[in-house]
Amino acid sequence: MSPDLAITLVYVGYALAVLLTFGAVLTWVERKQAALMSDRIGANRAYLRIPFTQVKLIWLGLFHGMADGLKLLLKEDFKPITYDKLGYALGPWLAFTPVVLVFAVIPFGGTLDPGRLFPGLADWFGGRTYPMQIAQLDAGLLIVFAFSGLTIIGAMLAGWSSSNKFSLLGALRAGSQMISYELVLALTVLGLILIYGTLDLISIVQQQSGTVLGFLPAWGIVLQPFAATLFLTAAIAENKRIPFDLPEAESELIAGYFTEYSAMKMGLFMFAEFIEIAIVAALFTTLFLGGYNLPWMTDAGFVFPWGATVELSHGAVVLIQMVTFLAKVFLVCSFQILIRWSLPRFRYDQVLMFAWKFMFPLALANLIVTAVAVWLIKGGA
Amino acid sequence: MAYDVRAYRRKQYWNEPVMGTWEKLYLPEILRGLFITSRVFVRNMAKWMTGRKGALTTYYPEERRADYSPINRGKHILTLRADGSGKPQCIACNMCATVCPAKVIEIEAAFDPSDPVHPKVPARFEIDYSRCIFCGLCVEACPEDAIRMDKDTPDLPSRDRTDMWIGKEELLSWKPQSDVAKKYPKATTRSGGGH
Repeated sequence: MSPDLAITLVYVGYALAVLLTFGAVLTWVERKQAALMSDRIGANRAYLRIPFTQVKLIWLGLFHGMADGLKLLLKEDFKPITYDKLGYALGPWLAFTPVVLVFAVIPFGGTLDPGRLFPGLADWFGGRTYPMQIAQLDAGLLIVFAFSGLTIIGAMLAGWSSSNKFSLLGALRAGSQMISYELVLALTVLGLILIYGTLDLISIVQQQSGTVLGFLPAWGIVLQPFAATLFLTAAIAENKRIPFDLPEAESELIAGYFTEYSAMKMGLFMFAEFIEIAIVAALFTTLFLGGYNLPWMTDAGFVFPWGATVELSHGAVVLIQMVTFLAKVFLVCSFQILIRWSLPRFRYDQVLMFAWKFMFPLALANLIVTAVAVWLIKGGA
Repeated sequence: MAYDVRAYRRKQYWNEPVMGTWEKLYLPEILRGLFITSRVFVRNMAKWMTGRKGALTTYYPEERRADYSPINRGKHILTLRADGSGKPQCIACNMCATVCPAKVIEIEAAFDPSDPVHPKVPARFEIDYSRCIFCGLCVEACPEDAIRMDKDTPDLPSRDRTDMWIGKEELLSWKPQSDVAKKYPKATTRSGGGH
């Protein structure tokens, strides 16, 4: 086994573990945060009993996710009579897989030098370093949009193949909404691409490690606060969550495009939604919150603007960067949940109106202003 | 043929929301809303983390509310005779069972030769709390003040509806009261705040 393959396998394992953990933990976080925001206690009855004793582990209701998963696995897989077999089976997977694949191009840490971390293996690695990203692609951002565009197919296929008019309506809504907001999403990111001059996410994150005006971290949200707001809004709409959850509006469409799904297939849709919260948060962190960067931190340690420095070993730096990234992702996830439990749902015409008449012109304006500013800063022509 | 356009005009409501420029900007008002909800979150989180309760929920059945109304109709009590004999006041006349709209009271009468004044006594007196609607008609119907309702409802919930039959022994003993003049709650004046 070559060192490259070993490192990539470790990265893939880490990414899958992080995503699945986030998917499972976010169901609990969403319940508890919603409860705290509305003066309630939240789900706390599920427990694990230690065998042969009466000791019940409740742990703040952490096991409710397990109970849900078990229930979904054991439920009858109930299907409509006239469903389309192939599309019905493919739907959940087409909604789930691309969401997970997006994480392949997101850098979740700085540069790893395994030879320095494990001196015993230094010869095997031969001094090579690895950026902490599964697929080192120049066109990382394009991959992100390509994969997140694929999820539309999953939603449409699921709605169409279950031969139910609620599903079909939900699928149509999902399709038009996601395509509209994808446009806004891409336009807002275009401003960042102009500033950083690259599509490579690693390079984008590295360029956010410095400071502007001497003390502010050079994060995307500092350079492009307007684009950051538009991006988060469009990303939540893309994820079909309240206030943009028209495709699965319970009061109108039962569950929208996955009305006819039951058991684990329905669970897959839900799980995809929760993982997409984490993915949106990871993207937002990477593009606008400086990724794994802490303010005034370099690969050698901290260099504060008032002159003090703190030296750190390579292992400590790698650990701090990974934890920083996860903490930022978690905070953005929590912010999305805050939005979901604060705002009411749009009307359907308002959703598309909002995308085309409000956000689209604003994104265009942001792009033009950014282009002119970049042209002026680079010295004009 | 031209139709009457006015018929299709949208109705104007007296509380039609009017948005000013500030509201039409969306973002400031959304941020204000998020600030309100996150303030509640932070307040409740701080309460939980300092060991206080950050919710309005009563965690039943582990927790009981202390502020039940004094005239709340809860679990029934069979009163005891005031002579200290420990016998129930009930004379098994079946009036409560007859008036009960949910038909949850079952009484089986017996003969007690030792008490010539009250020869008829209940051998069984059972209430099915899975069906009781707590209307209080049994209390109204009783000619002997033998059945009362307390404001508390201890040990009523159960995981099995067959466990929710409560018999004479428990009704007599869970909160023993004897047949003396009924203690009505003191009249509260309006200015006193009431309950």
